Amino acid sequence: MNNEMPWWASETFWKKTAIWVTAFMFVVLVILTLDTIPQITAGSERVPAYAVINKHIGYEFNDERNMQVPVIGGDAPLFGKKLSEEDAEALVSHGKKITQGRNCMGCHTLLGNGSYFAPDLTKAWLDPGWSSEPEREALMIAFLMNPEENARSFGSGRVMPNLHISEEEAKAVIAFLKWMSSIDTNGFPYNFTVIDKES
Amino acid sequence: MKLNHLNGGQQLAVKYYTVAIILFVAQIIFGLLSGMQYLVPDLLLGVLDFNVTRTIHINAMIVWMLYGFMGSVYWLLEEESKTEIVGLKLGNIGFWLLTTAVTIVVLVFLLIQSGPGDDFTRWFINEGREYIEAPRWADIGIVICMLIFFYNAAATFMKGTWSGISGVLVLDLVALAGIYIAGMFYTPNISIDQYWWWWVIHLWVEATWEVLVGCLMAWGLMKTLKVDRKIVTTWLYIEVALMFGSGILGLGHHYFWIGTPEYWLTIGGFFSALEPIPLVAMVVHAVYDAGARQMKGNNNPALAWLIAHAFGNFFGAGVWGFMHTLPQINLYTHGTQWSASHGHLAFFGAYATIIIAMIYIAVPYIRGQEGIGSNLPDGGWKWKWSLGLLNLGVVGMTIALLISGYEQSFIERAVGGSTWYGYFAAQIHPWFVQGMEWRMIFGLVTAVGLVLLIWDLLTIGKQKQA
Repeated sequence: MNNEMPWWASETFWKKTAIWVTAFMFVVLVILTLDTIPQITAGSERVPAYAVINKHIGYEFNDERNMQVPVIGGDAPLFGKKLSEEDAEALVSHGKKITQGRNCMGCHTLLGNGSYFAPDLTKAWLDPGWSSEPEREALMIAFLMNPEENARSFGSGRVMPNLHISEEEAKAVIAFLKWMSSIDTNGFPYNFTVIDKES
Repeated sequence: MKLNHLNGGQQLAVKYYTVAIILFVAQIIFGLLSGMQYLVPDLLLGVLDFNVTRTIHINAMIVWMLYGFMGSVYWLLEEESKTEIVGLKLGNIGFWLLTTAVTIVVLVFLLIQSGPGDDFTRWFINEGREYIEAPRWADIGIVICMLIFFYNAAATFMKGTWSGISGVLVLDLVALAGIYIAGMFYTPNISIDQYWWWWVIHLWVEATWEVLVGCLMAWGLMKTLKVDRKIVTTWLYIEVALMFGSGILGLGHHYFWIGTPEYWLTIGGFFSALEPIPLVAMVVHAVYDAGARQMKGNNNPALAWLIAHAFGNFFGAGVWGFMHTLPQINLYTHGTQWSASHGHLAFFGAYATIIIAMIYIAVPYIRGQEGIGSNLPDGGWKWKWSLGLLNLGVVGMTIALLISGYEQSFIERAVGGSTWYGYFAAQIHPWFVQGMEWRMIFGLVTAVGLVLLIWDLLTIGKQKQA
């Protein structure tokens, strides 16, 4: 009888395997990252340029992909003001910085990531809770500036605290939310109902 | 407390362990507050809003676990390298630097809470990105402290002797420190932001942290059960191969819905589904070794917590992760209480348990004893009850959150289409509310377990053994 340890049970075999597997997987991750980053850079097909806030954004079922996808429509400038790509980026960026500074992710999720104490904001711009498209901008500003009095907690008693957001800041946050709603998120959230076009 | 009989690394470890436990207490207090806010929504509204209590809850956890890991590595450093630590002074400076930084960050989170949308806020108040909310100055401080820690570990092993465990450990620390930097930049593009943010979060908790606790497990089994080094080292390599083999590309399960291309659905789904395999290996490893030695160890509390780690890691990280990792179900569960359920059992099962085990390994040495016998004068009721209550509490919270998560996935996501109305329809549903009530009850059980644990750590072995 042969009592020698089989090669596949030896320490050195698994040491080499661990090193090679780790290195290989990391290289694959780097390659995939190099492929992914250009596809999610603002201005790509999946992640539109910031000036998309000048356009109408919808979220419609696509038969070919069998999921809802953002649909960029005709002109619909945010707050009636058409912005250059540069100005749009500055506004969206200001909005994102406000969401970070007020720690919105401490209650909400963005693209599904964050906390679960308040609704997901991925498609907040398209939410039917804002009554209808013509009324949406004014309602959003009022809500962000004074969430306690304009609470929309649907009987849960959960109220967004007053984060002392000015009108200018509210507009920037809304620009960020509008831009975020144009990102192609592979059909997340599923079965979403979009805000009415007319009041 | 006299610590002169301990070696330099161990003296440092005691400091890290002490802060770890203090932050563990903070995690539980703020966790209880956050849980209560689900039941009483206007509790502390405008004073300590949910985003404050929850941020401290999760950050205290991440940081106490880092302290626990650093303490554990410092504890085994001199014994494993067979030489004295190279930078004891530097290690002390690193400890005080980190502790000062953490204190300031917590105070700012509590007292200042938020700031305007400018760069100053991100640098000095709150970065507002889940888990890495700490402002940028603190990020830099953390990296400096990690570098000191890394230098101490690597240089001490270089001066002394290397082993399989220390080799894996040091390489893992390089990755751990390096990956943190991936989260230290600003971009207006939230897809790019979250792409790199996950490098930090996922590659920490689902890759490098797992390998780190694999090293601690290997060392802990040698220490408590006197398992052969050759066997634990071979197991460790197998675990590293399986862990990084599945976990690195398993990162893809966070790239389903953030704007990233569709091929991540396949890659992330496939590789993350394999992530439980190394965790099964660890259960086999721990239970086999314990059985082969007829459960005769020199430190029963530590051994019990190591076994709790093996199972907790497998169920919390493995099974609970697997349950919602495929995109076909994750479309509905992503960002619901499912994630909270998984998070509670995984962080506790994979990390809290093993740090507690490492602290129990240290306790008798701190008191100048060799181990913790099975003949404690009071029958060891405190460690047994704290073990039972902490595990019961966390498992209870996990199940309660899972029930809320099921309900939320169905009513908000599948039926309600994730609108705000759908969200709140799910939040007020009795099944959801009952889940939150039970979570609160089991949260209190966990808190009692923690009080007992601290009492036990402070007193175990102080009386003469019968």
